[in-house]
Amino acid sequence: MKKIWEFFKGTLVLVSKGSKAYYTWMFSLLVLMAIGAATYAHQLSNGLIVTAMRDQVSWGFYISNFTFLVGVAAAAVLLVIPAYVYKWKPIKEIAVLGEMLAVSAMVMCLLFVTVDIGRPDRFWHLFPKIGLLNFPQSLLAWDVVVLNTYLVLNLVIAVYICYKHYNREEPNPNFFNPMILFSIPAAVSIHTVTAFLYNGLAARPFWNASILAPRFLASAFCSGPAFMIMLFQVIRKYTRIEIKNEAIFKVAELIAYSMFINLFLLGAEVFKEFYSNTIHVAPMQYLFFGLKGHSNLVPYIWTAMIFNVTAFLLFLIPQTRENFVTLNIGCVLIFIGVYIEKGMGLVVPGLVPDVLGEIYEYAPTGTELLLSLGIWATGLFVYTLLLRVAIPILTHEFYVGDDGLKPVIVDTEFIRRSGTLAPSHKD
Amino acid sequence: MKKERMRRILAQAVAAAFLCLAASGAPAAHKEEGTPGAKKGAAEPHTPHGPQFAVPKPPFTPGIFPCSDCHKEMKPNPTRRTLTEEHTNIVLNHAQGQRWCLDCHDIANRDKLRLASGERINHEESYRLCGQCHGDKYRDWKSGVHGKRTGMWNGEKQYLLCVHCHNPHDPGFKPLQPMPTPVRPESIK
Amino acid sequence: MPKSESRESHAFRMSRRKMMKGVAAVMGALALPEKDASAVVWESFFQKHFRELKPEEMQKVLARLEKEYSGQFRKAVKVRATPPREGVLYGYGLDLSRCIGCRRCVYACVGENNQSRNPQIHYIRVLQLEKERGVDLEEAEHYYNPKTVPEKGHFYMPVQCHQCESPPCTKVCPVQATWKERDGIVVVDYNWCIGCRYCMAACPYGARHFNWKKPGLPEGEMNPETHYLGNRPRPIGVVEKCTYCIQRVRNTPGRYTACVEICPVGARKFGNLLDPESEIRYVIENKRVFILKEDLNTRPKFYYFYAT
Repeated sequence: MKKIWEFFKGTLVLVSKGSKAYYTWMFSLLVLMAIGAATYAHQLSNGLIVTAMRDQVSWGFYISNFTFLVGVAAAAVLLVIPAYVYKWKPIKEIAVLGEMLAVSAMVMCLLFVTVDIGRPDRFWHLFPKIGLLNFPQSLLAWDVVVLNTYLVLNLVIAVYICYKHYNREEPNPNFFNPMILFSIPAAVSIHTVTAFLYNGLAARPFWNASILAPRFLASAFCSGPAFMIMLFQVIRKYTRIEIKNEAIFKVAELIAYSMFINLFLLGAEVFKEFYSNTIHVAPMQYLFFGLKGHSNLVPYIWTAMIFNVTAFLLFLIPQTRENFVTLNIGCVLIFIGVYIEKGMGLVVPGLVPDVLGEIYEYAPTGTELLLSLGIWATGLFVYTLLLRVAIPILTHEFYVGDDGLKPVIVDTEFIRRSGTLAPSHKD
Repeated sequence: MKKERMRRILAQAVAAAFLCLAASGAPAAHKEEGTPGAKKGAAEPHTPHGPQFAVPKPPFTPGIFPCSDCHKEMKPNPTRRTLTEEHTNIVLNHAQGQRWCLDCHDIANRDKLRLASGERINHEESYRLCGQCHGDKYRDWKSGVHGKRTGMWNGEKQYLLCVHCHNPHDPGFKPLQPMPTPVRPESIK
Repeated sequence: MPKSESRESHAFRMSRRKMMKGVAAVMGALALPEKDASAVVWESFFQKHFRELKPEEMQKVLARLEKEYSGQFRKAVKVRATPPREGVLYGYGLDLSRCIGCRRCVYACVGENNQSRNPQIHYIRVLQLEKERGVDLEEAEHYYNPKTVPEKGHFYMPVQCHQCESPPCTKVCPVQATWKERDGIVVVDYNWCIGCRYCMAACPYGARHFNWKKPGLPEGEMNPETHYLGNRPRPIGVVEKCTYCIQRVRNTPGRYTACVEICPVGARKFGNLLDPESEIRYVIENKRVFILKEDLNTRPKFYYFYAT
């Protein structure tokens, strides 16, 4: 027990010390989080009327962000599968960073859902036994179960790995492997369940397509790893963590395949709607071309399409994949493209035109944008905190001392150019 | 609410009046088929012609009834014509090519209406007159499916006479001014 | 009946009660002042699901609500929890050959069911459709406003909750705050709903509405005869819908719904589907009836028909 307490105290010391860049980053995030909190207070006191959601479009920007982030969280699997299942060395050491991304993304997901519901004071109604969880009939009840399970699972795995490394011990495979193996179907499950909760609604023909769950998974495997690729480059530049180019290029290649599947499935959907030309083509018509003079989403979706196709080509062609300039451009394009396509480009057309044919053009209000920004800042803040602890552990700069109790913190300067780092202290 | 109560009291009074009439020597009553509304609610008195319906008073123009006040002294004129001296405000727009006033209003007793068989009926039973030509509507009305009904879904219901909604001389249902449109979602702040 | 729609088992209730007692004990141990207002807040926060309330708990809840509403609206408000009648399944008929689109049903409903005036909530939405095109919802006009109705060449189709036999909305609620009662009415426990609005996404008829803001109900227009699952004043952040005027129809004898009574052309018919003598059965058996969005297999108990 005392060991864990010392470890925890050590982490507190770690997170409160860093370079100027670190402080600036954390401070800006805190400011954004404070603004978000104030915005939420405003929303709580006035009700959800401060958003642009109305009866006709009852889900909007918050749920769009939630859907996108569930995909990012699921994508941690992309790193876990090769790392632990195939024991592929170049990725193994850094897979834990992917799991921590999953944790941060899950935190953001839960926050987005909390700010979206009308009565957050009644959240306890969702707990089984204390409240009344409509499991297994309601897909949202499933989502509550799998999302929290996935969050806890990834947190336990990441903390376990870090703690073991901190103690300079090898993780116990009997405890560890089952959890890792379980996290793979868990990751697939969170996104499948989220897809099913849209898919199961017969009232919304845009969502009621069997192709939705595969599309979700395909697009998830594009967005999360793209973020990781950019993050790895930052980490290996500013810390002592070694990330081989091979690992990065391999992830990029996997993204290319996922994006191909995503684009193919999208093409299949588009063909079916426009060729069969039933009345159910209306939402897709609204999304891509506008409907009856309403065309709010058209520029966004075409931007997303162009970004996705360009990024796909950049990742597919080995020359552009292995050139860091084009690779990073591809990552940014794909992240934004999937954010649009799976966020507003999925949720809003599902509700427009509404079930009685009415078109209400939804565009998020300032409140929604500020609050979402605050939640993203929270997620980044959590992730930075986790990295602040994990990276020194992985580079052997934060470990338990020889007395087996007090932690040793070698370098309190976090985020500095590798050339200026003090010589490493490896035991 | 008050109007409903008054209507009900009136309806019951009328029903009571007919009860007395019926009790005072009507032969065995027979029920018409397919009148579910008639079975429920307050006791429905029967006449030889079928069940009575508890309806509110006919919507006479004030002072016009009883017609016999004026017509008792007047000599009836059976010639088909357009009236010029009195009742000029009534322009017949209801099978006017086939009928005129005295096809429905009894020539001998203006307080009564006249069925095709020659039978005279009271204005409170005017639905029987309408029902002669409008059989499908009459059947639906008796079942409670045609026309406005208020009251209890499993208890006493109020029927209206045909003429409460349809002016017998110009029965087309007149257009109404619609109530306000719903507020558009963009305007809900 | 699906498991989730039946009452909780006794054992389940027992463990929940114990849990709630434990939580309440902890809270009590915090020694809160015994002021009325905070006690009310406490009770309403921990209030159990409607279907789990024991009779004496139910009485306490109803009394608390009556006190709250009577104070808020400055009149004697009654909140009842009349149970469903045996042998009754409510059905509704709407005569499309008669409806003239006058919207009197919309506003009669608003008055009877204590809906928010600002922001506006209507349970009934009347659609204007073209006779030539038939029922084509993509071309429906919601905001028609001519001088008089009906307009030539058009017909009118009011849409409200269809009280489906296989409701997609009750399936998706994560906390079982909405369910179908034995007499066929789909109800919402406004004190249990968490406002996630999944049911609104699931309803194919646009029948469910959300309280985006604190409902604006003027005390002069408030109908004091209310039902817990029906027209009692709703709080902010919960979903509400047409309940076939549950506060009227479950009485003995049961009154017609407000929309049926107000319709000037008698286009609305209501009754007990299980009674072979009822108007609604007559309609179904004798008229040309159709179901809106029948392919979705929600099996509504709302039948559009043509009397002529």
